[in-house]
Amino acid sequence: MNTLTTNKLPKNPRQQPGRPPVARKRNALSKGHLPRWALPGIAVGSLILGAAGSTLGGFSVVTFAIYTAIIFVVASSTITTLVEGARRGKNALATHLVYAAFLLALIPLASVLYTVLEKGLPGINTHFLFHSMNGITGATDNASVEDGTPVLGGAYHAVIGTLLITLWSSLISVPVGMLTAIYLVEYGKNGPLARGITFFVDVMTGIPSIVAGLFATALFAVLMGPTARMGIVAAVALSVLMIPTVVRSTEEMLKIVPNELREAAYALGVRKWRTIAKVVIPTAISGIASGVTLAIARVIGETAPILVTAGLANNINVNVFGNWMATLPTFIYYQILTPTSPTNVDPSIQRAWAAALLLIVMVMVLNLGARLIASLFAPKKGR
Amino acid sequence: MSKRIDVKDLNVYYTNFLAVEDVNIEIEAKSVTAFIGPSGCGKSTFLRTLNRMHEVIPGGRVEGEVLLDGDNLYESGVDPVTVRSQIGMVFQRPNPFPTMSIKDNVLAGVKLNNKKISRSDADALVEKSLRGANLWNEVKDRLDKPGSGLSGGQQQRLCIARTIAVKPQVILMDEPCSALDPISTLAIEDLINELKNEFTVVIVTHNMQQAARVSDKTAFFNIAGTGKPGKLIEYAETATIFSNPGVKATEDYVSGRFG
Repeated sequence: MNTLTTNKLPKNPRQQPGRPPVARKRNALSKGHLPRWALPGIAVGSLILGAAGSTLGGFSVVTFAIYTAIIFVVASSTITTLVEGARRGKNALATHLVYAAFLLALIPLASVLYTVLEKGLPGINTHFLFHSMNGITGATDNASVEDGTPVLGGAYHAVIGTLLITLWSSLISVPVGMLTAIYLVEYGKNGPLARGITFFVDVMTGIPSIVAGLFATALFAVLMGPTARMGIVAAVALSVLMIPTVVRSTEEMLKIVPNELREAAYALGVRKWRTIAKVVIPTAISGIASGVTLAIARVIGETAPILVTAGLANNINVNVFGNWMATLPTFIYYQILTPTSPTNVDPSIQRAWAAALLLIVMVMVLNLGARLIASLFAPKKGR
Repeated sequence: MSKRIDVKDLNVYYTNFLAVEDVNIEIEAKSVTAFIGPSGCGKSTFLRTLNRMHEVIPGGRVEGEVLLDGDNLYESGVDPVTVRSQIGMVFQRPNPFPTMSIKDNVLAGVKLNNKKISRSDADALVEKSLRGANLWNEVKDRLDKPGSGLSGGQQQRLCIARTIAVKPQVILMDEPCSALDPISTLAIEDLINELKNEFTVVIVTHNMQQAARVSDKTAFFNIAGTGKPGKLIEYAETATIFSNPGVKATEDYVSGRFG
């Protein structure tokens, strides 16, 4: 009898009285198998051992977590090796190490989110969202602390500044970056010019943000005089940082558009630029959109280049072509470093945390927007 | 609405590598011509020179003449885009545009070129092309669904519909059935027989039975060895090639002795 079929026999031979009872034969292909409760059991065991171990040298959450993780990884892979064989043991080791790395990477994220929410939420209200710092002095803060009234002054001007400067830097860098990527993929054909551009884009990726800021300041100093500080200068500085990211991500997306689609369009008598505009880019647009959003998310939190290009303002300025402008990062920086009231710093710190929360929310909204765009533009599936 | 093709002394290169050497062939209007031969002998490469798709590949170039009703495709001043709108092509793997619906795929040749077309004309063109590709009955209820949702054979017929919608003179097919099952293959072979009434069809195939079934004339390409250029060995009526070939190599190939 085929050894493979034996385990398909009825589990309880007594249910078929006509047949003599057959002893259940072990499947020749199967090996030992840990029961389902084994892993949770090992986990509980390592928790207990980890707690005991960390108490020896004075209990702390960090040593507790480290001991537990090490004990669990070692114990689970050893037990799996003993019961299920060496290959399964290695599998368990690698799997649990990957999980451990994932948890490790998650800790800073969760910690940042928790801290910012905890400290930022109390400062978020409509007054904070829709008022600038215009007219808020140390005396105002002192009064609100002494009287116990809500903190006055908000980040409206900084939100406007962040949105405008990011918008203008996207307006500059998205067309430049996309057209560069199109040249590199569709026209450059790895010629000397394309290779040179690729090299310099790589170099640009590594430019420190303060250098980009100084470049923009110097450029506008030459064009408009040494005191030219305004939103558009900051936008230029940020686009120096954005362009390489946009080029790189767009290039990768255009490269994975199958050549067959280009050839199909050519074979229909469609011109090259139309093929690019109507077949290649629509096919890649979802990836391009998320690449652009990532580039925006990278520059929206920049502080140093803004300080040297747009300065700092306490009032609302919606004109990127004139006067100083505040953004959320510079707002946070100044609230923490030079509190409005040197004697009562709490209102400033509260405003800084609230602004930090706003910034995180803005980046998150951007990312969600990119996902939405990506799913809207993605090649349609289904029948 | 179909034109003949005459090829004179055509050499096809990839940069400096001579891929196909010295081809002379006359392809009649409103006929089906099949190119057969072992893998790598240059039949697909040669086919792509007939509508200037070869030069899309970096380094691809040709020497010699390809005459479409007497007009040389490779004369300086000839726009490859004009050539390709007269000589359509169907590829080995079905490649409908993934971002477009079935209807838009059929209209791609018109729409991508920004030609104005009225709604009723567009609908008529879609129906006519899909009927021409024997696909109308299968997709008429889901014209607005994406083309990538069709089966492989349906996608290939959609690509044929897309090609005939631009009303070419000649249709080139590069192993159109190699990715398809026998039933879809049969559907496409029937279609080729119908297309012959309106278009000049040139088909590359690995399947000798297919060549025997669909073509009026057959060209046998062969290669002397790796790194050597492919050559046109024999070109004759399909019946002659398969029953009474003039060259030993052709006989060996069609009788299955090599290749």
